[in-house]
Amino acid sequence: MSLTPSVRDAMLGAVPSLRAFAISLSGNVDRADDLVQETLLRAVANIDSFQPGTNMSAWLFTILRNLFRSEYRKRRREVEDTDGSYAESLKSHPEQEGRVEMQEFRAALAKLPADQREALVLVGAAGFSYEEAAAICECAVGTIKSRVNRARTRLAEMLSIDGAEDFGPDHATRAILAAGGHR
Amino acid sequence: MQTEMPTKKARGRLGRDAQAKLGQQLRVMFDEVVSEGVPDRFDVLLRRLDEPKEDGATE
Repeated sequence: MSLTPSVRDAMLGAVPSLRAFAISLSGNVDRADDLVQETLLRAVANIDSFQPGTNMSAWLFTILRNLFRSEYRKRRREVEDTDGSYAESLKSHPEQEGRVEMQEFRAALAKLPADQREALVLVGAAGFSYEEAAAICECAVGTIKSRVNRARTRLAEMLSIDGAEDFGPDHATRAILAAGGHR
Repeated sequence: MQTEMPTKKARGRLGRDAQAKLGQQLRVMFDEVVSEGVPDRFDVLLRRLDEPKEDGATE
């Protein structure tokens, strides 16, 4: 097994964002690091199928996502129970600005369906284009776009973030009309 | 990230400010992990895998 220095550097360079992605998927740092390790092992074992010049990071994200998916299917309930453990591990930073807000954000993100969460993180944080995210998730570009939109809408609802302007008054008006106009 | 189509926007309920706020929180969460860099275990792992002599011999 031999990696060229540039391939190894590219793999190591992807590790920080792979970890961040893995944590957002699993909600658990230890499991995330195990996922990253397993991803690197698979990548090295299958390095011949990597095409030089293509995006190493996207290739590794694809492997990691597939690993998580197969694991997730096996232990769905358990995975959903681990939501709070990462937020818990961050309580040792009392001076951190907006700490409570971030914990709420993490908890809300963890409640999203897995396909929406991964789409949002890939596009909104990991810096992938819609096309790259679609390739990583093995779905259509339009599917990624709609998952990202649904993820944002649901997060905003869960976090009661203002800015849903046409929802508020419209909703209220409709409620009044519905109440008044009943029968 | 301006991907929304003006004509189709009416369907989405989320305003621009809300999107910006969510995006910012998402990146803060993500970058917090990224800023931790590469934990030693991964550096060690790749070096070990890369040594032909020890390939599978030690454990």
